[in-house]
Order: sequence, then structure tokens, then C-alpha cells
Amino acid sequence: MPVQVQTELLDLGELTRSVHAEDPGVGAVATFVGYVRDINQGDQVSALFLEHYPGMTERALQLIVDQAHERWPLQRVSIVHRVGPLNVGEPIVFVGVASQHRLAAFEACAFLMDYLKTRAPFWKREQTPTGERWVEGRESDRLAQERWVL
Amino acid sequence: MILINYFARYREQLGVGGEKLVLDESLRTIEHVRQLLCARGETWQQVLGETSLMCALNQELCTPQALIEDFDEIAFFPQVTGG
Repeated sequence: MPVQVQTELLDLGELTRSVHAEDPGVGAVATFVGYVRDINQGDQVSALFLEHYPGMTERALQLIVDQAHERWPLQRVSIVHRVGPLNVGEPIVFVGVASQHRLAAFEACAFLMDYLKTRAPFWKREQTPTGERWVEGRESDRLAQERWVL
Repeated sequence: MILINYFARYREQLGVGGEKLVLDESLRTIEHVRQLLCARGETWQQVLGETSLMCALNQELCTPQALIEDFDEIAFFPQVTGG
């Protein structure tokens, strides 16, 4: 499964191995893991809740994966994103890319994350000492995505 | 009839997660629907009037100019913040 949305914890070792998939043609696997941080915009964060748009989320992620395959010679791509309640220190998202050489793997991994952060329907609500609040989209994320526009 | 979904902060501020709306000839684009909803009052105007508003047609991102048809599923939501 190249794309998965789940409430369960991520097994990073297993996910990384599944991207390599014991394929002797793979020379490089690049991975990215996003974690729940304990601080955001100067405030302590004790927990996170991730909402998503069931159905569209999977379609949006698949679209992003398809675009990566069109732009780089990749053997495999995997995106696994968690939803629901998350604790500080837990992985939120895993992106793994397998290719013959490292450059395609590095670039595609960055592309996938930049697109995911601006085009996949997930929303974070964080718990802070003053209550819960929705995380707002960031201009820097939009600019990061724009650099890939052909 | 179309289905309209609201997510995250929009759902909370509007107090509704989804609704059905009967299409008539004046509603040809998502922008037409947005304007109709904004006319409901100050909260609707504020939320759906945000410049960072995102929308989707049949579970794909689109612009407000996207043409809609009967039985379409549309959605309004704030900027996404996954990853």
C-alpha cells in the first residue's frame, strides 16, 4: 500500500524495510518522519488531534505519489499518516522513497512532504496550557511547495 | 441536490459538519454556493470570506470557479496543516 491513513502508531523500522522491499535494484532509500513537538509558536503543546477528510485524504496522497513518480525515477513510494489523538514525541507521518540513486530519493522525499503539507486535507488541533486551538497554515509551507511548480 | 462538507475550524465555527443544498440555475460554481452561504449572516460571511479558504469538488482540490453539477460533493476548509 503506497498510501495509508491510520490511528495506530507507526513502526518506522518495518516501514523503512517495506520501502526497500528487498529489491536488489534499489540503491537509495530516503525517509522523512514528522513528530509531534512539545512547543509551537512559543507555547507548550501537551497533545495533538489530527482531523482529516476521509476519502479525499487518500485520493490527495495518491495524487501526490503519482506526481512524484512522474518527476523522478522511483521504485517505490510510501506515505503513512496518522489521524486522531497523538502524544508528544510520537511520529505523525512517514514518507519513504526508493530509487537507484540518492538524488532522486532525496528530492522526491522533500517534494512529497512539501505537497502533503499544502494539499492533503489534514488539520492539527493542539492542546496548550490555555486550551485547545487549531494550527493555522504557514506561509513558509506554501512557499516550500511553490518551489516545485514547473 | 449537492452535499457540502465543512472541516476543522470551519466546522466548529459554523456549528455544522455537513449539509445538503438544492441546486438551482443560479448556482453554477462553488463561488455561487459560497456567496449564498455567506448571506446567512456574520459568522458565515467571516468564515467563508477568509482569503485563505480552500475548497474541494468531489474530493479533489479546486478553485472557487469550478463548475458544479447535481449530486456533487463539495467542501470548504481552512488551510491544511498535516505532516
